[in-house]
Amino acid sequence: MTNIKSTAQTLAMTRRNFLGATAAGAAGLALGFPKPAIAQGAALKVGLMLPFSGTYARLGQFIENGFNLYVEQKSGMLGGRKVEFIRLDDESKPETATDNMNRLVSRDKADVVIGTVHSGVAMAMVKVARDSGVPLIIPNAGADEATGPLCAPNIFRTSFSNWQPAHPMGKVVYDEGHRNVLTITWRYTAGQQMVGAFTEGFEAAGGKVVEALTLPFPEVEFQALITQIATLKPDAVFAFFAGGGAVKFVTDYAAAGLKGKIPLYGTGFLTDGTLKAQGDAATGIRTTLHYADDLDNPANKAFLSAFQAKTGEAGDIYAVQGFDAAALLEAGLVATGDDASAREALFAAMAGAKIDSPRGPLTFSPAHNPIQNIYLREVRDGRNAFVSVAGEAVRDPARGCRMA
Amino acid sequence: MQPLSSRTHLALLAAVVAAAMLPALVPDYYVQFAAKVLILGTLAMALNLAVGFGGLVSLCHAAFFGLAGYALVLLAPEYDAPSLLLTLPLAVAIAAAAALVIGLLSLRTRGVYFIMVTLAFGEMLFFLFHDTPFGGGSDGLFLYVKPVLSVGETILVDLDNPVTFYLAALAAAAGTWWLIRHLLSTPFGDALTAARDNERRALALGIPVIRVRLIAFVLSAALAGLAGYLSAAQFGFVAPQMLGWHLSATALVMVVLGGTRRVAGPLAGALVVTGLEEGLKYFIDDWKLVYGLIIIALVLVAPGGLQDLARLAGLGRRAGTPALNLKEANNVG
Amino acid sequence: MDIGTFAIQLLNAVQYGLVLFLVASGLTLVFGILGVINLAHGVFYMLGAYLAWWLTVATGNFAVGILGAFAISFLVGMALESVFIRRLYGRDHLSQVLLSFGLILVVDELRQMLFGRDVQSVPLPEWLSGSLPLTDVLNYPVYRIVVSLFCLAIAVAIFLVIRRTRIGMVVRAGAENREMTRALGIPFDSVNRYVFAIGIALAALAGAVIAPISTVFPGMGDGMLILSFVVVVLGGIGSVPGAAIGALLIGLIDTFGKVFMPELAGILVYVLMAAVLIVRPTGILGKREV
Repeated sequence: MTNIKSTAQTLAMTRRNFLGATAAGAAGLALGFPKPAIAQGAALKVGLMLPFSGTYARLGQFIENGFNLYVEQKSGMLGGRKVEFIRLDDESKPETATDNMNRLVSRDKADVVIGTVHSGVAMAMVKVARDSGVPLIIPNAGADEATGPLCAPNIFRTSFSNWQPAHPMGKVVYDEGHRNVLTITWRYTAGQQMVGAFTEGFEAAGGKVVEALTLPFPEVEFQALITQIATLKPDAVFAFFAGGGAVKFVTDYAAAGLKGKIPLYGTGFLTDGTLKAQGDAATGIRTTLHYADDLDNPANKAFLSAFQAKTGEAGDIYAVQGFDAAALLEAGLVATGDDASAREALFAAMAGAKIDSPRGPLTFSPAHNPIQNIYLREVRDGRNAFVSVAGEAVRDPARGCRMA
Repeated sequence: MQPLSSRTHLALLAAVVAAAMLPALVPDYYVQFAAKVLILGTLAMALNLAVGFGGLVSLCHAAFFGLAGYALVLLAPEYDAPSLLLTLPLAVAIAAAAALVIGLLSLRTRGVYFIMVTLAFGEMLFFLFHDTPFGGGSDGLFLYVKPVLSVGETILVDLDNPVTFYLAALAAAAGTWWLIRHLLSTPFGDALTAARDNERRALALGIPVIRVRLIAFVLSAALAGLAGYLSAAQFGFVAPQMLGWHLSATALVMVVLGGTRRVAGPLAGALVVTGLEEGLKYFIDDWKLVYGLIIIALVLVAPGGLQDLARLAGLGRRAGTPALNLKEANNVG
Repeated sequence: MDIGTFAIQLLNAVQYGLVLFLVASGLTLVFGILGVINLAHGVFYMLGAYLAWWLTVATGNFAVGILGAFAISFLVGMALESVFIRRLYGRDHLSQVLLSFGLILVVDELRQMLFGRDVQSVPLPEWLSGSLPLTDVLNYPVYRIVVSLFCLAIAVAIFLVIRRTRIGMVVRAGAENREMTRALGIPFDSVNRYVFAIGIALAALAGAVIAPISTVFPGMGDGMLILSFVVVVLGGIGSVPGAAIGALLIGLIDTFGKVFMPELAGILVYVLMAAVLIVRPTGILGKREV
């Protein structure tokens, strides 16, 4: 077996393969190299890291459309600078999020990054943003930490912290006469933080959470748990689910005959962007959120008609969050002008921004989380109709944030 | 396989030295990219020890990869740098221990059964981290400070430095190559490949087939663990998907693309797959469609991987046997 | 847990198990007869659900949705067999794993292009959308019962085909000893094509009938794929009765696991599998030798 010639041959072969592979790989790399920046009043490079495929693809698309709508309304500019987009599909996969964020920041040299929907992915982005100092605007993910213990001067959010929409619901449910409530959610950050905030609000008002049911994210086989709800017979149920899970939970709940017998409450995600699929099963469900489809203010009306004209679809909260992300960025850039390096001034101007958002007045806390109204809505005729203001200018406690 | 000659060692050394020059030549992002390729290449080479040389098509190697990654994050103190000397051996040992248990159970089966059983065990570990709170659940866990190797107060190796990290990944890949290459030139390597080629004959020759396979499986898992440890250290984040079978399948693509009969083949496969993903993602929204078609074409047109491609392109001489023609020890039934 | 609740949970468990059986039956047939490991099985489950949704909404007829999903997937299966799968017979399992992995990516991406990314729900006809009162607050949807009966009927049909027909004979022979059957010169080409197409169509059929209950969403096949693999491993490859037993066991473990040990429910299934493998490496009804 030991044959020097054949060893040499093997080696030659190995080396050739290796070289071939290297060449192929290098070609791949070369294609991916960022184009050299052209010196013409350098365009603002906006990295859009959003889910363009997977469960949250629709949300990503609406956020992007909302952002684009704002930029188009400013003739393709923000703060007087031309905008160049670098799109990147995060697929809602936390495991590749750091890598993807590095692509935008180190490879493509984005001036600012907008993203994303999934909390786990957003957390990885926050981490890279903290290390690299790149401005990051989160247009959806609600993880409390992003504007809590991990808050930073360069990190902003135009959506909500998980605490925000859930906490005011506690008092609403108590005031509607319910004392013993059951909660149900997925066992992951968003679900647990929202249920936690609801429980906090509800127990502070004097109610009692009798049982907290959970199942792994994103499982949707609810039948066993719904049977448990029927056995325990609480006064009401508070649920957090979103997307496909929300559709299935609401329809299962109705099909099991619980609808109308045990009232169902939740944060807005239970019925937002899902009403078409939920149909009549969702009618009457009351939820709290920082937006309602029919908010009666001029900004909202203008936004909804412009969005409809641009995309042919009805605008929703995700589009609003994207739209406001652009507005926030504009507020910062107007203050600093062409000077992209003046980051401190940029952040100060963004932190002080007062935005006339479709959701109502929008300002920012020292932790850079929105201060906004939380609305109680009810599903009527396939819309999340405004009922009342559940909390005015609600601000997140920003626990653990050193800037707050 | 022939024993390692001094020429082989020299070539390996030359390749490593050349690769070590990379950070001086390309921007930071590509150093990081190269480190990622080396880590995935290590995983693929490790997997190929089981697949190509042991004839064991495992769909749970991502679980070993992820397990070691989780081990690092769970063992690390929250705000201090974890010690490389302490956490690395432990993480690798945990991956190996898991492989020992899974191997003992799954090596009782063969062929299709083995694939499905490893798939199921891999998913079991996935759900262990996905459904229970101790590993952060489906949200994953962060590693805030990267591992260091220090003597007393002096830090010798700090994985936080991208160049140091790249060199560490390079060392891991080169070490893995050397170890597998060396192993295959020992009687153990002969026994392993003999059992792959014809199990009955191997048994008749008195080779303890199950034990040989188990050792190869555990070793291959330990090396996959080494890769997983580095991957967790590189991105400072672990999520259950790191253990999922999609990564196992991707690693298999790397193995087949690079060629199952070459120790270094899967490393080349990792480079091509990762480069392809990088390039496709940049240009095509529906890149997965193209990627999927490429995989299908690979299986149908060039089962020998890059060697076949080279031959199809008229480069090089006729490559020997298509590397994919593994005879899995006794088909089911 | 009182006896009433227990009975209801048992009903849930059996219903879930029957659905799992429907998905896994196609997988076990393809394994048993063709010796092909098909990771893309789950993606066809998803495709079936999307087809059912698309056809039901387009025609306003639920039956058209179900039958159409079955028929279209059957044709897709025939086409896939003639273009791709037939080249895999006799090749090693590694090729099969990779090819079906590639298929997953392609089918999933095509689904996104054709049907979009939204969550959809399939409307039920009036007579199926009612529910039966079980307790003062809990109703049981009629459709869930109908699905259970439907799965049961399909199971019986599969048993009869396997026990009573010529194709069934080949199937049994193939599951017993593939090499031998091949050596005996049984005309495999056409049988193979039908078997593969039926396997795919059963997965799609399961997706289609489940669609009104489960809602239709991308990635719905992922979890199903792994679970049906476990069903097949538990029951023994190629054994349809084995798949039935495996599916019911998983239905029970999963349902009661969720009630009593919610955090471990996902793992219990695999613990069961490991336990069975220790005692019987070839599954509950698998043949002795592998």
